[in-house]
Amino acid sequence: MATESAAMFDTDELVLNMGPQHPSTHGVLRLVLRLDGERVKDVDVVMGYVHRGIEKLCENRDWTQIILLTDRMDYVAAATNNLGYCETVEKLMEVEVPRRARYIRTILAELQRIASHCLWLGTHAMDIGAMTVFLYAFRERELILDLFEEYCGARLTYNAMRIGGLPLDIPSGWDDKARAFCDIMDSKVLEYEELLTNNRIWLERTRGIGVISGADAISLGLCGPPLRGSAVNRDVRKDEPYAAYDEFDFDIPIGTRGDTYDRYLIRLEEFRQSIRIIRQALDGLPEGPVMGKVPRLLKPKAGETYHAIESPKGELGYFIVSDGRATNPYRFRVRPPSFCNLQGLRPLVIGHLVADVVALIGTIDVVLGEVDR
Amino acid sequence: MLDTVFWPLVKIVVLLNAVMVSVTFMTLLERKVIAWAQSRLGPMRVGPYGVLQAFADPLKLMTKEDITPANADKVMFTLAPILSLVPAFVVFAVIPFGGDPLYYVADINVGLLFIISVTSIGVYGIILAGWASNSKYPLLAGLRASAQLISYEIAVTMTLVSVILTAGTLSMVEIVEAQQEAGIWFGFIQPVAFVLVLIGGLAETNRAPFDMPEAEQELTGGFHTEYSGMRFGLFFLAEYANMIVIAAVVVVLFWGGWLRPFPSVGALALLDYIPSWIWLFSKMFLVLYLFIWIRATLPRYRYDQLMRIGWKVLIPIAIANVVVTAVVKVLL
Repeated sequence: MATESAAMFDTDELVLNMGPQHPSTHGVLRLVLRLDGERVKDVDVVMGYVHRGIEKLCENRDWTQIILLTDRMDYVAAATNNLGYCETVEKLMEVEVPRRARYIRTILAELQRIASHCLWLGTHAMDIGAMTVFLYAFRERELILDLFEEYCGARLTYNAMRIGGLPLDIPSGWDDKARAFCDIMDSKVLEYEELLTNNRIWLERTRGIGVISGADAISLGLCGPPLRGSAVNRDVRKDEPYAAYDEFDFDIPIGTRGDTYDRYLIRLEEFRQSIRIIRQALDGLPEGPVMGKVPRLLKPKAGETYHAIESPKGELGYFIVSDGRATNPYRFRVRPPSFCNLQGLRPLVIGHLVADVVALIGTIDVVLGEVDR
Repeated sequence: MLDTVFWPLVKIVVLLNAVMVSVTFMTLLERKVIAWAQSRLGPMRVGPYGVLQAFADPLKLMTKEDITPANADKVMFTLAPILSLVPAFVVFAVIPFGGDPLYYVADINVGLLFIISVTSIGVYGIILAGWASNSKYPLLAGLRASAQLISYEIAVTMTLVSVILTAGTLSMVEIVEAQQEAGIWFGFIQPVAFVLVLIGGLAETNRAPFDMPEAEQELTGGFHTEYSGMRFGLFFLAEYANMIVIAAVVVVLFWGGWLRPFPSVGALALLDYIPSWIWLFSKMFLVLYLFIWIRATLPRYRYDQLMRIGWKVLIPIAIANVVVTAVVKVLL
């Protein structure tokens, strides 16, 4: 009798293809969901739709041309990509970067972090249905893009750094504009908080959703806010300072529960910490050149090096091998934070509902250009 | 003959056109209000301040290609938008725009029951659309719509019982007249019921924060994913017409319908020179504005959370409200 009724109410799992064309997969991510009702039983994460072979391309370009290609990986945070690459080559070549250049690089990287987080906040909130936050966040991102445009002429792919320093000094008056932006951003973060932080629906949609323990996060290789959300104190800016981060005072926000809400709070706090760093860097901006002594023809001696920075999305590392003879790298490999964080999507999503899937894609903050490269 | 057939028909034609026009302007209002909330301008290109956008949108929908998916159930696929549109329009028959018989099509003695039953049919349109599309996202949306329906319908109906108890009638006209006699709008006597009906109304019309059946971020448009052209437009017509219906019902039940403020204060009798329908429309406008404002502000609930709110919060409160109303009514 029991088997008979089981056969009568035969249940079947529904295979739902989400993406690559889907409004909430933040690019061309494809998820093959196996659903029981609306509950996710399993998910296959399929990627590679924007694979452009950037690593291979880089192996066939000379050292300066590569900077331009790194822009195209995490295209919403091009400046940090530039920074990571330039610092790696500088490490390989043992080039000294002038202090002023290091300061300006820090300012650019932190502005970039705010811009990237603005994009994250807007899309994440939009995925959960709060559409006004999206436009508010983009309004502020626009101000940062204006600052970048004034600095280097580009708004998205900046190509803003060079091996050994910076191509340009900041234009006169730029630092005042950056300060003014910091003041605006301070109040705008409060505005976002007002709309979301204590909003009952927001809490219900994010609290306890996508919980991951610190140990799991480490073993999955998560980095950036998803790792810190699980109470793991790891930030390359503090642990292995680069650029001028060792000269500034700032805190690394750490979560406690490892859920979507914690990751949201961490990124909001990072807005404030970034503003704090930018203010300190602008106040203490040293005089001097912005370009170090670098040979005309870059030809690092044979060797290999790995260097990581904290991009807005997590630990962005470059592994570069030079054979010492050619004017291009022998091997070029990127450790992209989005790719590593995407590993965490499957364990996060299983057991949740379809509505949570889009919230979880948002919370790990992936950029598919960087995942696929 | 003239009174039973001709004049009602004229009223129906006028009313239908009025609803159509208000729906088109409702879409414009929504776009404008949300744009202002988001520090944008909204439509500005078609006509002065974009007012003609209200006509450009339906015109665009009508000229677009109307696609029926190859594997869809063609009859049901065609029927679904009609099924969601017709009930939304039929309900207007019992909405009184004034105390004079000139201002309503029909005053049936079970008006409120009629509204509850007819508006529930509209959800079948969504469920059928999801089912007939033979596509996975609409199917999930259809399931959500049916889950949503049973969650809020009971609570709303329960709540309306307490209003019926207060008014002592089911007729929409008499409910307003009861408020005139009582000298106070029922919104002040039944504030809990008002909030419940408002929440239920948001769920009924699939408005944020309860717009799960059409959550574009999760289900890529939900039940109307496979619809295009004017058939898609019919769903939108239905959604906005439903919003207007809910606003009208809320105003009639709780905010005195066509009555002026302080209906019992003689000193304000001057306000009676303003036509009754203007009072009704301006109150409805405030409710509609509230709907749009909510959409611009709040994130979306998950459908299991809506069901939890419906069953564990709204229904107990609604039942308690009915009991309290009944007890008070008996004691007084």
